[in-house]
Amino acid sequence: MVFYPKETTLIVALSMGPSMKPVLTIRNVRKSFGPVEVLRGVDLDLVPGEVLALVGDNGAGKTTLIKHISGVYRADSGEIQLDGKSMDLLSPRQVRERGVETVYQDLALADDLTVGANIFLGREPMRRLFGVLPYIDERAIRNETASLLDRIKSHIPAKSKTVARLSGGQRQAVAIARAIYWKAKVVIMDEPTAALAVMERENVIKYARELAASGAGVIYIGHNLVEILEVADRIAVMFRGTIVHLTTAGETTQEKLIKYMTGYTDKEIAA
Amino acid sequence: MNNDNLGALFQRLPVETYVVTFTVILWIMLSATAPNFMTVDNISNMMRQVSISGIIAIGVLCTIIIAGIDLSVGSVAAFCGVIVAQLLSHGYGIPISVGLTLLAGVLVGSINAAGVGKLGIPAFVVTLAGLQVYRGFALLVSGGMTVGGLPPQIKDFSRGTLLGIPNLFTTMLVVAIIVHYLLSYTRTGRYLYAIGSNSEAARRQGIPVFRMTLIAYVLSSGLATLAGILLVSRLSIASPSMANAYELQAIAAAVVGGASLFGGRGTVLGAVAGAILFTTMGNGAVLLNIDPFWEMVLEGLLIALVVYLDNLQKKRQSGL
Ligand SMILES: Nc1ncnc2c1ncn2[C@@H]1O[C@H](COP(=O)(O)OP(=O)(O)OP(=O)(O)O)[C@@H](O)[C@H]1O
Ligand SMILES: [Mg+2]
Repeated sequence: MVFYPKETTLIVALSMGPSMKPVLTIRNVRKSFGPVEVLRGVDLDLVPGEVLALVGDNGAGKTTLIKHISGVYRADSGEIQLDGKSMDLLSPRQVRERGVETVYQDLALADDLTVGANIFLGREPMRRLFGVLPYIDERAIRNETASLLDRIKSHIPAKSKTVARLSGGQRQAVAIARAIYWKAKVVIMDEPTAALAVMERENVIKYARELAASGAGVIYIGHNLVEILEVADRIAVMFRGTIVHLTTAGETTQEKLIKYMTGYTDKEIAA
Repeated sequence: MNNDNLGALFQRLPVETYVVTFTVILWIMLSATAPNFMTVDNISNMMRQVSISGIIAIGVLCTIIIAGIDLSVGSVAAFCGVIVAQLLSHGYGIPISVGLTLLAGVLVGSINAAGVGKLGIPAFVVTLAGLQVYRGFALLVSGGMTVGGLPPQIKDFSRGTLLGIPNLFTTMLVVAIIVHYLLSYTRTGRYLYAIGSNSEAARRQGIPVFRMTLIAYVLSSGLATLAGILLVSRLSIASPSMANAYELQAIAAAVVGGASLFGGRGTVLGAVAGAILFTTMGNGAVLLNIDPFWEMVLEGLLIALVVYLDNLQKKRQSGL
């Protein structure tokens, strides 16, 4: 299995340090649902080419946070910027048009369409018969799809007509191929391996690295810390609605992460 | 060849394979047993008959593809048939009468789409209400009587042929080609299948779900209206009770032809082949002097079988 050496991207990202402009900046985002404050001032930067893992206990607010990025929720206060431009009033569709893709575990693909039709759904290349009658350019879709699947080295059977019979991991591959093809700047993966077998998890990790290597900033939410330490360049720990700890993957351990996730302070952990 | 390969082979055959095979076998059997079956008169009679149910089936197919349904088509055909006959018998010209009636059909489709897409009422309920309402309107507008006194050109159209092919059949072919093009070669068609397959995924990819729903229901009602007008031409009168239970035949034709009631699947070729199959069954029953009640039973059982197979495939697909 070929891995994109994450150390390389990490070193690049860190050595460029402040000069590497974040693609996404989150500043003091707060959100309450009724009386419950779910996000209590979140700050986070995402730089191009990195996988930033977001970990935290159930209910810490991870999904709520990424739904603010993808335009599903509006923050009560604070700001989210993409390439220095505020995303405050954008609809989910507009957010996506600006290059933020969210890879969902479910609900992402149309089962009765082919792999190619799914990758190009909503943005089909067109041609015209005799310069008049428009039709979908299936050949372009087929060719692009083949080279794309080849590139992410996914073993999706070429003869599979529709995505209905693909495995969970293969479905992830299709969704990720879509993000790569459309040159997403930010890709959000919320528990992408939650329902997958071990072998397939490895593939999803590979795809996440591939995405980062293609220049996207990747936010990767997960609960499996072994997996997180393998995939991430940096790790942000969320606890009760704030980021309590931010570290590079090389500098931390599972034990430390668990302590931060369960509410230990820096001092307690140092002691 | 083991079971798996066989299954894969069946998977790769076009969905219309079964219905076409079945129909051809039925033709061969009828040719052998009913001397009047393979006659020019009988074939052209069947071609005229199938045109009307075929056009309705093509429309209903569009709603089935988006995981909807249209139960109102039979009533809409009768209602619009009565309207066009009334307009004609009051001396309005054919273009105006037909144009206004088609407009009424488009309006009906828009109402159905609004009920389903905007109010979120299940398509089954919206169009079941329509089935009752438009039949009621047909009776009201006609006062419960047949409407006659139509200009002779109306009758001539359905009697006429072009290159030996009945005009009605040519009309169905034109409709079939246009809708096939729409479904298989355009973004609109692609989006209809995507919505029927997974409407949430379609929405997330930025597909205008309501606009597509509108297109599907307007096509369904519009084509039912066209079929109603053609039916008036064929009968040379309009009766408020005509096109009774046509919705069932249309749905059955689409489903027998490979459309899935779960949405996302179905083709124009399949729906037309399904319509041809049911027309052949009806015709064969008459020629062989089979009690028409038996024909109803057989048709019903065939529909049940096909829906069962559709269910089975869906279950296997989702790994249950
Ligand atoms: N729409 C909502 N209305 C009210 N409360 C909500 C809503 N969405 C989320 N919450 C609450 O906000 C808190 C954070 O939820 P969130 O889904 O963001 O957690 P999470 O970190 O993604 O957890 P998990 O790891 O279990 O997915 C939870 O207590 C949840 O009940
Ligand atoms: Mg969550």
